[in-house]
Amino acid sequence: MIVTMIARRRFGIALTLLFAVQVLIGAAILASLALDIPNAQRAWLREMLLQRAAVWIALSTLLLFALGFGLKALFDAYITPVARLAEDAVLLAANPGHRITVRGARDVRVLVEKLNALATAHQTLHNDVQEKIELANRALAEEKNRLAALMAELALSVLVCNIDGRILLFNTRARQLLRTGHQGVSAIGLGRSVFGVIESGLVLHALEQIQHQLQDPRDDMAPPVCSFVATLADGQIVRAHMAPVFDSVRALNGFVLTLEDITRHVEADNRRDALVQSLTQDTRATLANIRAAVETIQTFPDMSGAKRTQFTAIIGDESMRLAAQIERAVQQGSNATDSRRELEDMRGTDLIALLLRRIGGPSLRVTAGDTIDATLWLRVDSYALTQALAYLSRRLAADAGVTELRFDLQRADRLAHLDLVWSGAPLPADTLRAWEHAPLPVSAGGLALTLNSVIARHGGESVYRCEPAEGRARYRVMLQAAEPRSAFDIAPPPTGRPEFYDFDLFHQPGQSAEIDQCLLSQLSYTVFDTETTGLDPAAGDEIVSIGALRIVNGRLLQQETFDRLIEPRGELSAESTRIHGLTHAMLKGQPRVEAVLPQFRDFAADTVLVAHNAAFDMRFLQMLEARTGVAFRQPVLDTLLLSQVIHPHQPGHSLEAIAARLGVPVIGRHTALGDAIVTGEVFLRMIPLLAEKGIVTLKDARDAAQQTLYARIRY
Amino acid sequence: MTYKVLIVDDEPNIVISLEFLMTECGYEVAIARDGAQALEQMAAFQPDLVLLDVMLPLRNGFEVCQTIRENSAWNRTKVVMLSAKSRDLEVSKGLALGADAYITKPFSTRELVEQVRSLLARHDRSDE
Repeated sequence: MIVTMIARRRFGIALTLLFAVQVLIGAAILASLALDIPNAQRAWLREMLLQRAAVWIALSTLLLFALGFGLKALFDAYITPVARLAEDAVLLAANPGHRITVRGARDVRVLVEKLNALATAHQTLHNDVQEKIELANRALAEEKNRLAALMAELALSVLVCNIDGRILLFNTRARQLLRTGHQGVSAIGLGRSVFGVIESGLVLHALEQIQHQLQDPRDDMAPPVCSFVATLADGQIVRAHMAPVFDSVRALNGFVLTLEDITRHVEADNRRDALVQSLTQDTRATLANIRAAVETIQTFPDMSGAKRTQFTAIIGDESMRLAAQIERAVQQGSNATDSRRELEDMRGTDLIALLLRRIGGPSLRVTAGDTIDATLWLRVDSYALTQALAYLSRRLAADAGVTELRFDLQRADRLAHLDLVWSGAPLPADTLRAWEHAPLPVSAGGLALTLNSVIARHGGESVYRCEPAEGRARYRVMLQAAEPRSAFDIAPPPTGRPEFYDFDLFHQPGQSAEIDQCLLSQLSYTVFDTETTGLDPAAGDEIVSIGALRIVNGRLLQQETFDRLIEPRGELSAESTRIHGLTHAMLKGQPRVEAVLPQFRDFAADTVLVAHNAAFDMRFLQMLEARTGVAFRQPVLDTLLLSQVIHPHQPGHSLEAIAARLGVPVIGRHTALGDAIVTGEVFLRMIPLLAEKGIVTLKDARDAAQQTLYARIRY
Repeated sequence: MTYKVLIVDDEPNIVISLEFLMTECGYEVAIARDGAQALEQMAAFQPDLVLLDVMLPLRNGFEVCQTIRENSAWNRTKVVMLSAKSRDLEVSKGLALGADAYITKPFSTRELVEQVRSLLARHDRSDE
């Protein structure tokens, strides 16, 4: 379309010029003739010319047509094909699979053949190089995978940030810990600011302290570190530990944050403090009542009988109260001291499974009872406990001839009863007691462990009981039951190794005032697309779906996507359903645009927006500004306009056409997220093509897009 | 003259003992069960001395003490705080708010009576 329009314009200009030259030459010949001949002959000549004017005009028209046809053939054969050829040649660099299909004169066709042959050679070479790069990368990827595995399995949450606080790396734990951002949109992501998660003041303060330590090294041996406690948006309390990261010249260019969720410890500490406080106060008050009553009786021995009875009643009363207070304190105390940090929360069934795996052998059959409480959680040192119970089992098998052992686990109020049950002759309690105090074959930090000390470390107790009626014996370990973990805590780690790190971001510039001068290849983008009920927001058409994902440091982050359906206020036309496939039933009950737009704003924070035919989407967003209060003020780039900048002579700038041209596979089109993904891929391939045209900064791209033909069309 | 003593405590068992002791000492006694009642009694009963618990319903003893001290009409009234809150912090706070004495529970009744007597004697002297 465009190419024809431009060619037509050029053709018109060329034809006009050619015709004008012809007319001028004719006129010049006539003028020179007229000047050389006598007056009489000149009159005759004029007469003759005027009489044959019609013939002259006819001849000139004929000449014009002949010139036109000749010129058209010339244009079709050489000029237009060569213009397309130039664009296609550039495309070859971007998409080695592309082949030129331009038609034209034989010379042009030969040129096309040669170029295509060159392209095939280039592609082969390209593939060879790719293969070599891939081989080289594989070793690197292996290293990276090892790092990723290490990070993923770490029990601590780890974040690595550059000096501006942008997140370069985070592990699964960190994502779980920091997953609740504003309105459920994950607050953590590559290239995002850590200040969205942890108060900037705290982080900057810690950074300042580290810088101070670096400038004033009192002890060269100690690496500069800083710890602080932060409260997250959802009230979680974390202990953060900051360590510096240096670049090759030992300048501080980032930091590592390790975070530990200490909410439960803090709560336990608070509970314990409150307990001690209330215990002392309550006891003092009660004792005061007793003491006052006793002393009054002693001081006034001759008080009336009724008065004496009253005071004695007080003493009795208050003594009972004191006993109750102490009882209550003991109960609460066992909860409050339940914060032993060396102990891990573990599901009871997991502990039983562990015991079954570790204990037992050819001469000892170990089973689990039928009545194991699956909802029970324990706070245990599973290693020590397993070793201790394995030791007991071995003694039972070796010294008491026990061949079958059963584990039972049941809840008893705040306690858990872990029972070892066996049948056979009853063992003397003294024997069991001796085993309890015998050193285990393992030790913890040089300390000799015993079954007894392991149970004591758990704040537990043990009871041995013979049940002669049943012909069996039971060794019961009473342990603290723990609060069941929330679904969040026990969520299985995500499968695969998502791309959670990008160390190149260390060199990423900040995106603030100087954003216009930033290189396109370094900026962060949110590529998005909307599906709507129609084409005219002013006439009441609405957004029914927003899909988006981000480009950070030249990578499309497919792991963190934004994909929301929106229930429209009005009707959904059958026509629009045909385009995007969304039906009224699918949208019913989905959140309204007022709820989704703030989430999208947060997702797109600190990025440049990119969309295909962005003007269309932006108009919908702008129409919603007044109603939702959500404004998108960041720069916007449009792949439609950029395509027009890169390939002004190519026919068609639809997303499909551009994708096909740039070798981007098209999948899941006409879903908002599917289109956003294609747009993102297309945009990434455009960046080097724009650079070839000298368009390297955001400002360059915006200016170039402004000047294209499409930019002047109003939507 | 007979001194007037106001006992402010929400625990009936200690009130019985305190009331008995103060009556035996020859004082006129009134009782308040919470912070609000205490302030009402201050106005109605005009006590010379207040035995004031800290942990009270409605308004705590610290607040009551502060209110008493803010009112110049009551600046001669002696305030003895009686509390199971026994940390240095709380004792300092009570005294800082203008209490004449802060006695922690459990206390010796003999010492309490002596403390009350000596404070009322000073009250006498400031009268003169």
